[in-house]
Amino acid sequence: MNVLWYLIPISLGLGALGLALFFWALRSGQYEDVAGAAERILSDEDRPL
Amino acid sequence: MASAAGYRLSADEIRLASRAIGTGSRQTDLSVPGIHCGNCIRRIEQALGALPGVERARVNLSTRRVAVDWRESEEGPPPLGETLSELGFEAFLHEPPQDGKDPELARLIRALAVAGFASMNVMGLSVSVWSGATGDTRDLFHWLSAAIALPALAYSGRVFFQSASRALRHGRTNMDVPISIGVLLAFGMSLYDTIHSQPHAYFDAAVSLLFFLLIGRTLDHLMRERARTAVKGLERLAAYGATVIAPDGTRTYMPTAEIAPGMMILVPAGERVPVDAVVLDGRSDIDASLATGESAPEAVAPGGPLRAGTLNLTGPLKVKAIAAAKDSFLAEMIRLMEVAEGGRSHYRRLADRAAQLYTPVVHSAAFLGFLGWMLATGDLHRAVTIAVAVLIITCPCALGLAVPMVQTVAARRLYEHGIMVKDGSAMERLAEIDTIIFDKTGTLTSGRPVLRRDAPMDKAHLAIATTIAANSIHPYARALAQTGQRADLAFDSIVELAGQGLEARVGPDSWRLGRSEWALEGKNASQASGTVLAHNGQLMQTFAFADELRAGATGAVADLRAGGFALEILSGDTSGIVASVASDLGIEHARGGLLPAEKTAHVAELGRMGRKVLMVGDGLNDAPALTAAHVSIAPGSAADVGRQAADFVFLRPDLEAVPFAIRTSRAAGRLIRQNFAFAALYNAVALPLAIAGFVTPLIAALAMSGSSILVIGNALRLQPRPVEGPGRQRRMQGQALRPPTESIA
Repeated sequence: MNVLWYLIPISLGLGALGLALFFWALRSGQYEDVAGAAERILSDEDRPL
Repeated sequence: MASAAGYRLSADEIRLASRAIGTGSRQTDLSVPGIHCGNCIRRIEQALGALPGVERARVNLSTRRVAVDWRESEEGPPPLGETLSELGFEAFLHEPPQDGKDPELARLIRALAVAGFASMNVMGLSVSVWSGATGDTRDLFHWLSAAIALPALAYSGRVFFQSASRALRHGRTNMDVPISIGVLLAFGMSLYDTIHSQPHAYFDAAVSLLFFLLIGRTLDHLMRERARTAVKGLERLAAYGATVIAPDGTRTYMPTAEIAPGMMILVPAGERVPVDAVVLDGRSDIDASLATGESAPEAVAPGGPLRAGTLNLTGPLKVKAIAAAKDSFLAEMIRLMEVAEGGRSHYRRLADRAAQLYTPVVHSAAFLGFLGWMLATGDLHRAVTIAVAVLIITCPCALGLAVPMVQTVAARRLYEHGIMVKDGSAMERLAEIDTIIFDKTGTLTSGRPVLRRDAPMDKAHLAIATTIAANSIHPYARALAQTGQRADLAFDSIVELAGQGLEARVGPDSWRLGRSEWALEGKNASQASGTVLAHNGQLMQTFAFADELRAGATGAVADLRAGGFALEILSGDTSGIVASVASDLGIEHARGGLLPAEKTAHVAELGRMGRKVLMVGDGLNDAPALTAAHVSIAPGSAADVGRQAADFVFLRPDLEAVPFAIRTSRAAGRLIRQNFAFAALYNAVALPLAIAGFVTPLIAALAMSGSSILVIGNALRLQPRPVEGPGRQRRMQGQALRPPTESIA
């Protein structure tokens, strides 16, 4: 029983962290050109975004 | 694209459509439909980035757009259009990008993420309860579930609550009403049970229901959005602005909306006429194919009228505006479209019709269950639990996914074949049609003339004509230039005389290619008419041009006739040309010389007779008829007003897109009906169980997820079959014409 007291917050915290990271990615425009990102990997140049 | 021939981006247009992004820089959004691979990204970004003044060029492959930041300077904006066309890409200016992001999609995705997070965690807690957690542990888990479910419901549920309350306020009901009631009741009941430490709670069901439904909702939105951006990215028919010449001779570039009647405007060759006008000075040829459906370019001289949206081909014109943009031909078409609206407004979406049947059944079943248990046992809590179980287990999870899932898969398949669909109801309507009306110019034909080869022709003369023609953007000249073999002849000079033709000189010799009266210098004018090649006034060769049938037109029309559809042609072009195209394709009913209002009236008349009409057209003059029809399809080369009016837009060049879209829509309709049948069957089994009180949260969760997965799986089976129209026996007759209809599927 005692183990629940810290395992549950950890699991919820990790889930919430994932959610927060997803929102961050969404807001910083990482989903705006999904198809382009897949192709850009293949070009060699190192250019700042 | 027929109309893109003489179109280019002017510096003034680029400046007008750009926006300031601070510190002397401006951003221009270009739509480049030709971008399709990683290599395109690299080439475009390198070429544009190397232009002087360009700070940054960034390609978005998903939306096929390029955002270019450039510094303002004396020289004006960088030559973006020219650079891109050198690379082989057509570029169109995108609307000033205030709509850069899609707020509705962002809202749906956030709601989906929250619901997904909540349902995962609540489900995790529920599994522990189902596997035997008891006493304090179970209560703790229930409380935790409630704490997670409440914010998720408040955040993600709004999508449904708002839509349901809107529907109820207008005295209607939609699918969101039973969803909202079910979810809220389930949550309230579970909260009550948690407070009283009861063994069962339905938090998991409430939240995962939201999650599944949001998946359907988001997919639906994505599908429509993608089609919308793809269509929006094509060429605009209306000019952004025009060069206005003030009485004192100063020239200013003005947005089209600010042009008033009486103003003098300069329309260079290759630009579209911004408003209805008369020619004051200059001669040229006008391409009206996209505006009125007339396929042959028309020569204009001072005094001649011009319609807004037509393309000035060969010479600069000084014109006087006779109407403001809001009173011009284009605006008149838009008004006709608004009047015509209503052809499809009577249509109610399948999902809404299903909801109308479904909601009363579910609600009365829940109420009867409640009443029955109340009377039988007198146990209020028991009776409410049963009612909630009925609502949850029958909650239209599968039903909510049944339609959007299938339509998303179908839209994706259409997209892969270059067909954009505006919304799901268009596919439902397309599956119902029995009559197909085609426009001619630009729809059945390519809208681009080609050289007729049926008459005998001297190869040497053709080669000379080809060489001269390469210097003009007149459609006939382009058609000649495309024949390929150039003559090995160096001309001293080649000049284009607008409205007349081209004159090439070699020493004292003159070669003229153009209108017969001019080329033959009035001599022997009766010898030939149309386009001729003359040497020092002597007739050498006459050329005849025909508007070529669109690729796949013959096959597609045969295919559709075999499918038993009634086919017609309605065109604004002259009756003779229309009749010859109709007989080439074997379409019996064809009418030419129609005004836009007559086309619309005919379509509306058929609609009143109970026929379900599919209108396929591209011109500005077709736009009202596209709106009046039950469902409509436009090619990507269509006037932008037409593209906006149409439910489907196909970007590939051949007309096979039409039967393919019909096939896919019908296949989607079949799968939707299967899904509905499945959902009904599932409810028929689950409802008695729920009323009898056998449904625990575990069973509810399993049944719900299971049915959703089945519905999704069924949707993925989508495979269009050959067209089958209302008359199958007629299809058998026509089958010999084109048996392998499935080969393009």
